[in-house]
Amino acid sequence: MSEFLTFEDVSKRFGAIRAVDGVSLDIRKGEFFSLLGPSGCGKTTMLRLAAGFETPDAGRVVLAGRDITGLPPNKRPVNTIFQSYALFPHMTVRQNIAFGREIAKRPAAEVRRDVDDMLRLIQMEDQADKKPAALSGGQKQRVAVARALVNKPQVLLLDEPLAALDLKLRQRMLIELDMIHDQVGITFLYVTHDQGEAMSLSDRIAVMEAGRIEQVGTPAEIYEAPRTSFVAAFIGDTNFLEGEVSRLLDAEYGLLRVEGFPDVFCFNDKTLPAGRQVTLSIRPEKIRIAREKPDGPALRNVVQAKVEDVIYLGPTTKYWVRAGGRRLQVLRQHSRFALDEKPIRWTDDVWIEWHPDDGFMLDRFRRDDEKLVAPPPQKVGEN
Amino acid sequence: MRKKLQEAFLTTPSFLWLMLLFVLPTLLVVVLAFRPADPFGGIGRGWTLASLRSILNPYDLEVALRTLWISAVVTLVCLVLAVPTGYAVARASSKRRRILLLLIIVPFWTSFLVRIFAWKSLLHPDGPVKKLLVLLGLSGEPTSLLYNPGAVVLVMIYTFLPFAILPIYAAAEKFDIRLVEAARDLGAGPFAAFRKVFLPGIRQGLLTAVLVVLIPSLGSYVASDLVGGPSGEMLGNKIAQRVFVDRNLPHASALSIVLILAVLAPFLVVLALQKRKGRPAVILEEGL
Repeated sequence: MSEFLTFEDVSKRFGAIRAVDGVSLDIRKGEFFSLLGPSGCGKTTMLRLAAGFETPDAGRVVLAGRDITGLPPNKRPVNTIFQSYALFPHMTVRQNIAFGREIAKRPAAEVRRDVDDMLRLIQMEDQADKKPAALSGGQKQRVAVARALVNKPQVLLLDEPLAALDLKLRQRMLIELDMIHDQVGITFLYVTHDQGEAMSLSDRIAVMEAGRIEQVGTPAEIYEAPRTSFVAAFIGDTNFLEGEVSRLLDAEYGLLRVEGFPDVFCFNDKTLPAGRQVTLSIRPEKIRIAREKPDGPALRNVVQAKVEDVIYLGPTTKYWVRAGGRRLQVLRQHSRFALDEKPIRWTDDVWIEWHPDDGFMLDRFRRDDEKLVAPPPQKVGEN
Repeated sequence: MRKKLQEAFLTTPSFLWLMLLFVLPTLLVVVLAFRPADPFGGIGRGWTLASLRSILNPYDLEVALRTLWISAVVTLVCLVLAVPTGYAVARASSKRRRILLLLIIVPFWTSFLVRIFAWKSLLHPDGPVKKLLVLLGLSGEPTSLLYNPGAVVLVMIYTFLPFAILPIYAAAEKFDIRLVEAARDLGAGPFAAFRKVFLPGIRQGLLTAVLVVLIPSLGSYVASDLVGGPSGEMLGNKIAQRVFVDRNLPHASALSIVLILAVLAPFLVVLALQKRKGRPAVILEEGL
């Protein structure tokens, strides 16, 4: 697979705000690609640059080898599904779907056939003569999909299409979108702030923050091997451990000096020299928690800790523990809760343990990102 | 029952107001049209169709037709100017929007008559507009810009334009501009998106604008009186002439009936259009 939709060093400012700041990105033909980030990170501007609603201040947008940077929206072979769907209120479902075909001056018989095909795809043949106001949220969403796809765009742009739906409907539309993507084989560029949507739908994800791309990769790469503290903290939960490389054990592993901790084994994939400051990201579910000191292989990190909070989440329980003066979160899945062992409770003394490969060295650490994962502890019961 | 009483209590004042000041005078006008005039400007005894027949002369017909076309042109030009203006104001930032709205309303702070007199001096044969046109070779020396239907149309457009802009602005402001983006996205050029999505979207504002311009235009009287001359006379002037110069109230009444019917016609058309679409019959839904 090769690049299909390419952003080449694209920048766009609105007044003093750099909405998109020198972004280069390759999206492959046929893939489901997501731009994921918090609101204001520039992901919607990227989408609007692809659609032609904005022109970049610098850089190029290339689609299938053709520079489309200066083309107006109506001349681009892409279609958009808007967050609010933007269905034409004065037209019926059928007229809405037919709009693009009629503008393109296709023969009436062909338009009717295409629209019928689309109505079948979205299973709304019997709603064809309703106005948008008479439709439910999910139905509007489907009409918006049909109205875009009927034009057989080379890229379908989706701007937070599920944000307006309630949870159950969102989950169903998620599956429908995935099925539609499989059926039509068109490249999807999907913008969302919801990591769950991005993770479950995408072939690849670009995580954006402050107009820049932090990391591009498959959902698993993004989650398992975050490169920056922002990615680690924005996608799922994590713990940050700051320290200094103290000694290299061999080509792969090293020891980290972390204040208040015994030496921390870590996978030194970047072969950083001793003395370098680094930050580790450790996912809560990679840490094991136990009452007894675990006696596993030597190359494990084992730290004594005290439980400060226990949050029962249904399938899992989250423990906030204090170790070496830090608050760390540990997630445990319980198969037979409270039956096979004595449950861990508030103020219990425990041991936590993690494999060196699960502490991931970050390229970049920002203090602010800690706030995304670790809310300040609640001071209940003090005084 | 109590609710009915409450309703009656609340509606009685406006009902009486309408009856006394609107329905009764209108009926009076209709009755007068069937009375003979007496030579001293009063009303004679008995009933006659003479007044109604008298308006069927070619001259009055010409005035009536002129009133219609002047009003139609004024309405059309006002719409053509008001749609882009209303759109631009609605799309402006809130700070600029306030300034623009103020500029649209500013003319109302000066008396209507004073503003028409200002036009009179602007269009005067020695006025700046004429001089400029002559300078550019667009106009010959002897023709006058004043006292013709063109001058009436110009001044009336000037007068009614704000009334057309405001309802269109109100509709454009509520219009979801993303619909235009959606149309562009689906392949429509700027003009097609405007025509197929924006205009239908502000339809209610357009209808309101048509009514608030067309109806006062039909009854308009001051502009044609001051800048129209004999060739720019409208029905309103004719009626005034019958009342003040000829002192013939039945004739004036007969002409008034024509005017009332002409004013009612667009109302009824709009109502019929709305009824056909299954909407509640509301004329001034927004904008005013």
